[in-house]
Amino acid sequence: MITKRIIPCLDVKDGRVVKGTNFLGLADVSSPVELAKYYSDGGADELVFYDITASAEGRRLFTDTLTEVASGVFIPLTVGGAINTVDDFDRVLKCGADKVSVNSGAIKDPDLILDAAKKYGSQCVVLSVDVKRLNGEFRVFARGGRDDTGMEAVAWIKKGVALGAGEIVLNSIDTDGTKDGFDLDMLRAVCDAVSVPVVASGGAGGIGDFVTLFKEVPGVDAGLAASIFHFGEVEIRALKRELAANGINVRLI
Amino acid sequence: MVAIVDYGVGNLFSLRSSLSSIGADAVITGDPEKLRTCDRIILPGVGAFGDAALKLRQSSLDEVVRTEAARGKPLLGICLGMQLLFEKSYEFGEHEGLGLLKGEIVPIKGAVPEGLKVPHMGWNFLRFTNGQHPLFRHINEFDAVYFVHSYYASGCDSSVIATAEYGADLTAAVSSENIAGCQFHPEKSGFVGLSILRAFCGL
Repeated sequence: MITKRIIPCLDVKDGRVVKGTNFLGLADVSSPVELAKYYSDGGADELVFYDITASAEGRRLFTDTLTEVASGVFIPLTVGGAINTVDDFDRVLKCGADKVSVNSGAIKDPDLILDAAKKYGSQCVVLSVDVKRLNGEFRVFARGGRDDTGMEAVAWIKKGVALGAGEIVLNSIDTDGTKDGFDLDMLRAVCDAVSVPVVASGGAGGIGDFVTLFKEVPGVDAGLAASIFHFGEVEIRALKRELAANGINVRLI
Repeated sequence: MVAIVDYGVGNLFSLRSSLSSIGADAVITGDPEKLRTCDRIILPGVGAFGDAALKLRQSSLDEVVRTEAARGKPLLGICLGMQLLFEKSYEFGEHEGLGLLKGEIVPIKGAVPEGLKVPHMGWNFLRFTNGQHPLFRHINEFDAVYFVHSYYASGCDSSVIATAEYGADLTAAVSSENIAGCQFHPEKSGFVGLSILRAFCGL
């Protein structure tokens, strides 16, 4: 049976990993290339590479860095950040990405999902959604959580899947950075609504939060986090051993 | 020299990187002459079967692959490249494959219990069906590899060397004499995948 996936997320700005400090055992802790290789060799099931600057002048650097990252990573690699057109898909796929994550670009133009899915297949199109509770509903925010789109999250996600998104990354703005655990209610609502894989993001503070996630919301396929991995607070091998000890199906290496 | 067949389907970046990381001398090529002179051939592929089979035919590389396979050259199909080794596929219609292996490509939906997500995507464990095949000489049974597929090879019992359990036993790897295929992506399966590529390359 398919295992639950653990996914470290590299937030890259100007070719460097943001928050990638204080990491033991690496010569250059904020080099995405070194960090990615460390995770690829160290038991991560997948990597997300996210260009958070996404500026026009950062483009070239970004694709160069991405190519270098992809050359040393032999696990699936998802790339996101300023993906607005099918040409953007083409650009990052040629640099070695396996999946491409869309967020604000798909909110502006939902047909981006359809066009990309037709060209590259649904398995290549990841819909990333930033969600916050507002007036008693789950509300979608755009531009890195800055703009309220007015859209209800479950409805938007269902629409995204109908257009061809093959996977959902659900980032809870409410739990992000709290280290109090994943947003289980929000995840349940999404898992109940769609039949594509759902990746939980936002709120992980320790190993126990991943155990709770997979036990409480069995429909969730993967848990994603950034700083707790980069800072060495959670070591992926130890995390997976604990998940396995709790009867959760994981890939141990 | 390992030749990766370039017939205009999919992204060969990862495959090339993984072969270079294990020290294999690899070339991406659509040149029939290179396919004739290389020691081993890898047939990659992503996307839909019909489209890929058509591109392979239009480039006339189907004949080269068939001829080289018939001469006994080691051939490895990966993902859709593995499916193309079979007689036919029922993905969006009915399409002919290379016919190098007996069997056909059918939807996972309907073969696995309701409620299981399709595509079969993620890491799953290999179960050896015929002992430790030479392709697996550097790995162990129940090592995990990475899959992404909505169709699988059926009716190919004699060539199956590994399956993956997903509510049903899905064909994970096949082999017959010099021809082999992996439904999963060895180039995306970490150390285990690289070890399988090493075995294929005779390293």
